[in-house]
Amino acid sequence: MKKTVAKFEIQYVQILNEKGEVDKKLEPKLSVKQLKEIYKWMVLERTFDNTALMLQREGRIGTFAQSLGEEATHVGATFATEKVDWVFPDYREHIAFMMKGVAIKDLLTHWGGSEDGMKLPKNTNMFSVCIPVGTQTLHGVGAAIAAKLQKKKFASLTFVGDASTSTGDFHEGLNFAGVFQAPAVVVIRNNQWAISVPRTCQHADWGGCQTRAETLAQKGIGYNINSVQVDGNDVLAVYSVVKQAIDNAKKGKGPTLVECVTYRLGPHTTADDPTRYVDSKTLKQWEKKEPLTRFKLYLKKKKIWTEQFEKQVRKEAKQLVDKGVAEFEKHKPKPTDMFDYVYEKLTPNLKAQRLEWE
Amino acid sequence: MPKLNIVESVRDALDCEMKKDKSVIVIGEDVGLNGGVFRATDGLYKKYGNKRVIDTPLAESGIVGSAIGMAIAGLKPVAEIQFDGFTYPALDQIFSHAARIRNRTRGRYTCPLVVRFPYGGGIRALEHHNESPETYFAHTPGLKVVIPSNPYDTKGLLIAAIRDPDPVIFMEPKRIYRAVKGEVPSKPYTVEIGKAKIVKEGTDLTLIAWGAMVRECMKVAESLDNVNVEVIDVRTIKPCDYETIFKSVQKTSRAIVVHEAPLTLGFGAEIAAQIQERCLLQMNAPVLRVTGYDVPFPYFKLENEYLPSEERIINAIEMVMNY
Ligand SMILES: Cc1ncc(C[n+]2csc(CCOP(=O)(O)OP(=O)(O)O)c2C)c(N)n1
Ligand SMILES: [Mg+2]
Repeated sequence: MKKTVAKFEIQYVQILNEKGEVDKKLEPKLSVKQLKEIYKWMVLERTFDNTALMLQREGRIGTFAQSLGEEATHVGATFATEKVDWVFPDYREHIAFMMKGVAIKDLLTHWGGSEDGMKLPKNTNMFSVCIPVGTQTLHGVGAAIAAKLQKKKFASLTFVGDASTSTGDFHEGLNFAGVFQAPAVVVIRNNQWAISVPRTCQHADWGGCQTRAETLAQKGIGYNINSVQVDGNDVLAVYSVVKQAIDNAKKGKGPTLVECVTYRLGPHTTADDPTRYVDSKTLKQWEKKEPLTRFKLYLKKKKIWTEQFEKQVRKEAKQLVDKGVAEFEKHKPKPTDMFDYVYEKLTPNLKAQRLEWE
Repeated sequence: MPKLNIVESVRDALDCEMKKDKSVIVIGEDVGLNGGVFRATDGLYKKYGNKRVIDTPLAESGIVGSAIGMAIAGLKPVAEIQFDGFTYPALDQIFSHAARIRNRTRGRYTCPLVVRFPYGGGIRALEHHNESPETYFAHTPGLKVVIPSNPYDTKGLLIAAIRDPDPVIFMEPKRIYRAVKGEVPSKPYTVEIGKAKIVKEGTDLTLIAWGAMVRECMKVAESLDNVNVEVIDVRTIKPCDYETIFKSVQKTSRAIVVHEAPLTLGFGAEIAAQIQERCLLQMNAPVLRVTGYDVPFPYFKLENEYLPSEERIINAIEMVMNY
């Protein structure tokens, strides 16, 4: 006997197409104020990105990972969270930090080479930058399990990259989320690249890619998790799907995996030379699908966007970033801090080493 | 003779062995078209194709675990881990399997695997990109741990590592990847694993170091007129060439070990213990250690406060000389 015992499908969600036309049935009910806010965050992320890039070139900060092209994914997903919700980032979602109340100064302090920048404000559930990719999936899921155990009404939102879905920790995280029905939302920023290794296979039968799976979203199916793919350059789609996922999580309906399909328009980091491996034609195609332009068209059609509004938003973003840079430039780390935060109290051994240092 | 830096020597060693032995393959993240993030495999993809220079999914446990399988089944994989801090996801495969296969099967199976990666601080990098994890590996029976400090040794030791029938952890001092050029023969040659090298002869005191710290020690040794310092480049910390160290220390009667890794249980502790067991009566002073502190490697604004400096080495020399 043979019979089908399980069947699966993955839905793709797009609300705003590349021309800025909206799918009326799916359009989220956002107020004019909220729509303006979303646009401001996206512009702020772009502005921060450009400034940080310049600071890196001038040697004022270290290696930097740009978010260029991924703004809709970062802003849309974070905008769907409430203050109580936890956010577990990797290293590319700078705007998520700002949206959760972290100062630009602190972000620059981190990228400028000091732990002081990750001494995050007390009143936010934002976790620190995570460099070993994929590992944070388990932290996000663990925080969600804690919410459930403590009967607290928060969910967790974890960001991972497309290549992070190749790590063991990513899969263990999803499995734990499913097993414990944790109020966790995991967002894959599918920007199509690891560093130089593409997400999609180029050879019929041999390596050189992250996965042969048709979608990354379907990786959640194996763990019986709600799994959706969205247009990651469409801020309305990202927001709507993640909002639904967070609401479901808080209502006890379990975890969700959201794959946001976008494209890395810059280098992997400032240490990378993408001309070695990125095909310029593909890059050009994706530049046309860039998320800010699309959202702007939508706002224009809704008569929310005006030249005046644009000028105001850009000016405010620049002021905020400039202020952050000025504050960052004044920051000087205290060398003895390298001893003082290893444990709650200095151990005798560290006390001796601290003395020797002084 | 061509002049190469350390990264170029890595590449040259890989090229020589791949040319000579079809079973040698390179496997890792971004090692193919991109040539590795430090360009250590630059050009090899073009020359040997994607079946011998293999870009993998992002998964260090996957890279090392599958390389172990390949090694058992007849290949000689050279696995590149992109940075020191990312060897940690692969430790389970390295400790639980690579290190034990020969012993577990009483020699029926072996694991001729090289795991190579850039290590150490001093390049203004992000967190997890500055680690000196040699002790973890050296503490694990069954692994060899090799750490070159110059282009010539890099090529010779890497070729020796590839030809070695046991798993070798090959740590490359990224801080000096491009700092020095040296003459490197184009032909394949080996430098024996398990042999230290006296890089500067002296009579008063022995400085013992490996990797990027050899350079710091040499700078100090050459700058002092009042103390005649001998400098030993350990080169392979497992197996460690204690004979060379003992002979030197018996001559100078003073020793200081310098390493970037934290003090507690750093490999300096093992060397100091070995010296006191064998040379106690010939010593004029206790063996000192100049090392990183027992703290997570600081973000780069404070990295120079952490890294053993010439000044700290000189202070230690004064203490030992005035003991
Ligand atoms: C465990 C681990 N291995 C290797 C690296 C080095 N590395 C940093 S980012 C990166 C690619 C990550 O790709 P992806 O998850 O798609 O995120 P993206 O950088 O594209 O946003 C690599 C290989 C790392 N940070 N962590
Ligand atoms: Mg990616």
